[in-house]
Amino acid sequence: MEYEVLVDVQLRDGIADPAGATVERSLPALGYQGISGVTVGKTVRFRIEAADENEARAVAEDLCATFLANPVIEDAVVTVGTPGEA
Amino acid sequence: MGATVGVVVFPGTNCEMDTVDALEALGGVARTLWHADDDLTGVDAVVVPGGFAHGDYLRPGAIARFSPIMVAIARFAAGGGPVVGICNGFQVLTEAGLLPGALQKNQGLKFLCQPARLRVETTDSVLTRRAERGMELAVPINHFEGNFTCDDETLARLVGEDQVVLRYAENPNGSVDDIAAICNEGRNIVGLMPHPERACNPLLGSDDGRVLISSLLAAAV
Repeated sequence: MEYEVLVDVQLRDGIADPAGATVERSLPALGYQGISGVTVGKTVRFRIEAADENEARAVAEDLCATFLANPVIEDAVVTVGTPGEA
Repeated sequence: MGATVGVVVFPGTNCEMDTVDALEALGGVARTLWHADDDLTGVDAVVVPGGFAHGDYLRPGAIARFSPIMVAIARFAAGGGPVVGICNGFQVLTEAGLLPGALQKNQGLKFLCQPARLRVETTDSVLTRRAERGMELAVPINHFEGNFTCDDETLARLVGEDQVVLRYAENPNGSVDDIAAICNEGRNIVGLMPHPERACNPLLGSDDGRVLISSLLAAAV
């Protein structure tokens, strides 16, 4: 079965996020008030052939640990769904 | 004839010829190594130079670490061979797990291209064996992701085991404990953010990088 995987990679707390900081700083000039905690990360999407959702998730999480995220500075959250869902 | 140093070239590497020039000016024999090759025969030391390997896509060094040459370099290093990663090369070595920690974006969010004053913290590494402890060196930096970071346990180990090779006299980028260069436990793998190859000729404003490049050549014989 083919599953659709979405990986959300964000910098860990305490790691410099210049893109997030720059977006947040620009908001008042655009007239937006009261917005804080802006972070800019990366989204990686792919499809994967697996026997079931658990296997798809296990492979995706392994991929995050070895390649898609650097655990020293980043956290990754994996969402698995059938095509069109994730 | 001097030691032969392999200088790794990934798509996007851009400091390889500066590195070759510096090595040859100091009596070494330099040979560029394409990242897709995996043969280090005849090479006495390896430099992973600066640039933007694979466009720094995903993260600096993230894709480069899977290049065939990295398998050969890991084997070479495991056998005690000298390996130095400069700037992007340092990022590649941390991503490959050959050195601990990671390089995050500079504190202050600026790309930094400027001279830096460095202090030699140990002479027990392949990059500093010809230097003196406490010596100050003027060597340029040129990076956006040069802010060395690691967990407290790793930092304690680096400090306790004398694995901090160079520190910034004035911290330019937020690196933990002012760290500019570290080495592995075997002391044969060194990563540094500053560019010693750009400080090997007085015409460039400083030739303080010579003692570092000479150290590597001495270690490579």
